[in-house]
Amino acid sequence: MIDLGLIGDLYVFVLAGFLGYQVISRVSPLLHTPLMSATNAISGISLVGSLVVAGAGYNKVSTALGFIAVTASTINVVGGFLITDRILKMFRSAGPGVAGREGQKALESGDK
Amino acid sequence: MKRDLLQLFYLLSAILFVMGLRGLSHPRTARRGMFLAEAGMLLAIVGSLLHHEIIDYKWIVAGLILGTLIGAPLAIWIPMTAVPQRTALSHSFGALAASLIGISEYYRHGAALGSVRVGVIGVEVMLGSLTFTGSLMAAGKLQGLIRGYPITYRGQNIFNLSILAGMLGLIVALMFVPSSTAAFYSMVGLAFFFGVMLILPIGAADMPVVIALLNSYAGLTDAAMGFMLDNKIQIITGSLDGSSGFILSILMCRAMNRSITNVLFGAFGKVEQEPAGLLEGKKPIRQCSIEEAAEILGTSRSIVFVPGYGMAVSQAQHRVREVADVLKSKGVQVRYGIHAVAGRMPGHMNVLLAEANVPYDELYDMDQINSYFPETDVAVVVGANDVVNPAAKRERGSPIYGMPILEVERAKVVIVCKRSLNPGFAGIDNELYYNDNTLMLFGDAKDTMVKLTAALKA
Repeated sequence: MIDLGLIGDLYVFVLAGFLGYQVISRVSPLLHTPLMSATNAISGISLVGSLVVAGAGYNKVSTALGFIAVTASTINVVGGFLITDRILKMFRSAGPGVAGREGQKALESGDK
Repeated sequence: MKRDLLQLFYLLSAILFVMGLRGLSHPRTARRGMFLAEAGMLLAIVGSLLHHEIIDYKWIVAGLILGTLIGAPLAIWIPMTAVPQRTALSHSFGALAASLIGISEYYRHGAALGSVRVGVIGVEVMLGSLTFTGSLMAAGKLQGLIRGYPITYRGQNIFNLSILAGMLGLIVALMFVPSSTAAFYSMVGLAFFFGVMLILPIGAADMPVVIALLNSYAGLTDAAMGFMLDNKIQIITGSLDGSSGFILSILMCRAMNRSITNVLFGAFGKVEQEPAGLLEGKKPIRQCSIEEAAEILGTSRSIVFVPGYGMAVSQAQHRVREVADVLKSKGVQVRYGIHAVAGRMPGHMNVLLAEANVPYDELYDMDQINSYFPETDVAVVVGANDVVNPAAKRERGSPIYGMPILEVERAKVVIVCKRSLNPGFAGIDNELYYNDNTLMLFGDAKDTMVKLTAALKA
């Protein structure tokens, strides 16, 4: 049987690549670090493939490998989104009123 | 029917991921975008949990819990200076997952897969395994567990290329004889080894490129896993991730005026043998005291801070911002000029400054800030060296010739805050320090900034 599925997959891959190029080119250079942690988190989608292997009970080896894969992917999903949000929270605008910002800053530096 | 429903879930997730990444085009919309991406992820995971083949949830739940227990603390408590290591580590986890699932697929089906599928699995496992060890190496170098300077030996490139050829040869052999487990597992072993050898010759200075490149590999691995499992959502995210890493690698290379091949095979981070102190004997430098610096800064109208990694190393970013605060209260306009490779990964310096409560509208990238320098009264260089070295523009023989730099020397006065005259990362002397409008302010960055704040307030 000729694998037509692979050709379809290739379509998706190439077109998503172009889309990615367009979207990522517009990301502000300010945010390149959170961009990386965000794509890390998103690529934790390998979790969905790992879940099936860990839970389908094919054989002991597959289940063990699947379990490790689920763990590793979950680290990426959870850790990736958490740190992205942590970084993004730090990006603040000076805002309209400089005086107001000074007050806010005083509050924040008090926290630390 | 249930399978179609799952595919619709995945389509929706893919749309949410793309919208999430789009949100990153501006800090204002970024967090909202990430919430969309998180929703997309939740949707995909919940959808997959309903997969018809799953019969036992025990190991799935255990993996989810263990992963959360490891991932969350890593994300919540690491300092911002360690984000590059965490990112590299995260590439390695993703690649490990992909590699193991590939191995499991081969273990389960073996020869029954047929040559095309075995070829796909081979490529997937190869990419996953080499990205796994390569990223671990990069994380180790960034964390300082492995020494940062490049490790080189004679015939290194030829050796590495022959391992690569060996792996590809084994994959081709597997396509002819899919049942050859020996070929498969030797290929896996070679791929783990190759990842290590690939990163050995790359120095700490090149880490921004390497991290971006490994990001791209991790994306490709993910996409290959999607091909292997015929799972479209993984192909899409892998492709997005791969192109993101690719774009960032190109941007980083451009910021250093190097090609990717040059980074991978050139072993740049090695200290060049150019005699340090070449200029030192010939020209005098002009030194200034804290009080003089405070006087100059206090009476200026516009200032640009140029931070380098040296500032982050001595944790001086909060102190720099305090100096900026005092100056701003005196009506001085403050900007920050950020070189793309100022940190250890793309955008790293922006994060470090944002953490120190510098508002993002004061952060300017190189192209933006260079047009401001001629009208700037004082440029304050803190812990940066090569990225402000005019030799990059003028001296053809210099190893950094052609690298785009922050043109601080065009400001009326340049104050360089530096520990000593030692050359920087690349070991290249900096003629900026001997210019007539440059004042050297020697001392530890943090210490100097604290004293400057005090002097400015007095």
